[in-house]
Amino acid sequence: MTTQFRPLILAISVAAAFAAPIAAAEVVKVAFIETLTGAFAPIGQNQLRSYQTFTEMGKQKKWAGEHSIEFVGFDNKGSPQESLNQLKSAIDQGYRYIAQGNGSGVALALVDAINKHNQRNPGKEVVFFNHSAIDPDLTNSKCSFWHFRFDANVDMKMEALSSFLAKDQSVKKVYIIGQNYAHGHQVTRAAKEFLKRKRPDIEIVGDDLHPIAQVKDFSPYVAKIKASGADTVITGNWGADLALLIKAAKDSGLKTNFFTYYAGTSGVPTAMGAAGEDLVKTVGYWEVNTIKFVPKTQYEYSKGIVDTFKKKYNDDFYTMATYSVVSLFSKAMKEAKSTDPVKVAFAMEGMKFQSMNGEVEMRKSDHQLQQPLFISTWSKVDGKEVINDRENTGYGFRTNQKIESFVASQPTSCQMKRPDRS
Amino acid sequence: MEFTFFSLLNGLSYGLMLFMLSSGLTLIFSMMGVLNFAHASFYMVGAYLAYAISSQIGFWPALVIAPLLVGIIGAAVERFGLRTVHKWGHIPELLFTFGLSYVIVEVVQLIWGRAAVRYVIPPELSGSLFTAYSTTFPMYRGFMMLIALLMLLAIYLMLTRTRIGLVIQAALTHPNTVETLGHNVPRVFMLVFGGGCALAGLAGVIGGNAFVTEPSMAATVGSIIFVVVVVGGMGSLAGAFFASLLIGVMQTFAVALDNSLVTLFGRFGVDFTPDTPGYEVLKLSISDVAPILPYLLLVLILIFRPMGLMGKREG
Repeated sequence: MTTQFRPLILAISVAAAFAAPIAAAEVVKVAFIETLTGAFAPIGQNQLRSYQTFTEMGKQKKWAGEHSIEFVGFDNKGSPQESLNQLKSAIDQGYRYIAQGNGSGVALALVDAINKHNQRNPGKEVVFFNHSAIDPDLTNSKCSFWHFRFDANVDMKMEALSSFLAKDQSVKKVYIIGQNYAHGHQVTRAAKEFLKRKRPDIEIVGDDLHPIAQVKDFSPYVAKIKASGADTVITGNWGADLALLIKAAKDSGLKTNFFTYYAGTSGVPTAMGAAGEDLVKTVGYWEVNTIKFVPKTQYEYSKGIVDTFKKKYNDDFYTMATYSVVSLFSKAMKEAKSTDPVKVAFAMEGMKFQSMNGEVEMRKSDHQLQQPLFISTWSKVDGKEVINDRENTGYGFRTNQKIESFVASQPTSCQMKRPDRS
Repeated sequence: MEFTFFSLLNGLSYGLMLFMLSSGLTLIFSMMGVLNFAHASFYMVGAYLAYAISSQIGFWPALVIAPLLVGIIGAAVERFGLRTVHKWGHIPELLFTFGLSYVIVEVVQLIWGRAAVRYVIPPELSGSLFTAYSTTFPMYRGFMMLIALLMLLAIYLMLTRTRIGLVIQAALTHPNTVETLGHNVPRVFMLVFGGGCALAGLAGVIGGNAFVTEPSMAATVGSIIFVVVVVGGMGSLAGAFFASLLIGVMQTFAVALDNSLVTLFGRFGVDFTPDTPGYEVLKLSISDVAPILPYLLLVLILIFRPMGLMGKREG
């Protein structure tokens, strides 16, 4: 009985095998090159989990059609040099997509290496998803066809931050402190530039750069801020460098406003606790407590993701860019009907897609994602506007203002060189 | 005034912390001639053990138990490792401790993972100690200073007032004579090594929660304590004390100074503009280079006073 069916089965499977290449389900692997050890590891770990959450979600909902995406961690120990080694090792293992973001110094090194690699190895191109390196150069003078940025850059955020700050007439003296590398330099430049334009009467009473990830005790810096008589501090610090700065400020009773870029990152909420209430403000491209600022369905969708993430990992979700990366990448693969990096990169340019901020656009001219920005203040959970807290502190961010994408948008000087479309 | 006062306090507390770390290192060096590269690793082990113990039975027991455990580990390392290597000379000893430092970091990462652990200051020590002008001084910093001073006093009394202290001092310079007098010199070595490690462990217990407890914490302090020992004079406890305070205060104040070569020359009427060649270097302020100042001091001391501030021996 069974023997009679065999030729038929054989014929079908042969047909299937020939038909397969057209719509073969591929698992596209992305090398996630971040700090996964040491004091800055919690951020990298958190983002890797965020990526994995969304690739899983995308797989179930078939965002990329038959294809699915997988993120694999590569530890760069926070160093540009080590990142290049990891990039090489990922390329050798056949990876054609990489993701990185924590550290513009690292991102600049990676872009440079990828440009060279792609030029020398046609047919083996690599595409770079940048989820949080925000040095403006990456989408201006050093822009690259292979690089896509999903965070808002320093200038976009400073535009929003300085407009907000300029309206507050109690701000008279500003102190700028940052990490001594590409990002820190850009923040201090942007702060001076934008404040001069918007509030020339504000005095810059201090401008400090400290080595990144080296300072364990910020009390000398805090004593200096205090001595300068500043009423407001602007800092681009992130991770342990921000947590320890706020901790030192808290310890010595420094009561200035802190305008930050990254107060929501791992460890900072715990360091702030009650001491940061109403003083610490942050500018970002996404916040969960936005019930008064975004459509209800969008708010509930975001909240659902945050709550699920918390339940699963007992950690806060904050790098929304990971959602944007998976969303755009999936849509581009589906529309290009290919997983080839060159075709996918062309598809991603200028594409409009769904992020957790609603529909956003990957600007074609410089590969800078255009999205709204939010300014929020560290406040006690009140169940009305501040619903989700951070790191179980009982405090969360109260959204003060939403800045629409077209307001936050900045011109670009990028002269993009594109490969031949094959 | 407010600034000077608090910077001085911050500098002193940082300096005392450095002293806790370097005292063990300098004691071991003066006794045994061993430059213990794994010393900072014992600091890290102290912090991690304190984290593990304090999450079970509280901070105060950890303050006592963790340094003792580190001391026992140190003594075991001397008894079963260094003593065997000792007969091959100083270079193998050096290499032994060098390798050991890597082994310890890896073991710590295997047990506690690669990320920082949540080792926090106990609530009873987390308030502020006093408020002067409008700045508050955290109680924990006061506690750190107190522990360091108590430790200094204890070492001093032990070395000068007790029998074992006298034997240690004698064994420092005349180990053979001490041995012929019937004292067990190898055991004294073991005690000193264990004791030195316990001091590093104690520094870890109180430094781990004041700063961050993570696998790279050993590397962060590892280089600076060598600076302290060299600047103070190899083997000199008093030298280590003054060098620690000097470096602590120097680094704290350097952060506050915004003077650079540009401002210095500007005072003499020589103005540099961003077009001047080397402007990037000239405009570096003292606060920008604060983190490398101790190493600059190290180089200068080695050139002009190789025996260190209070060292007795040459080189």
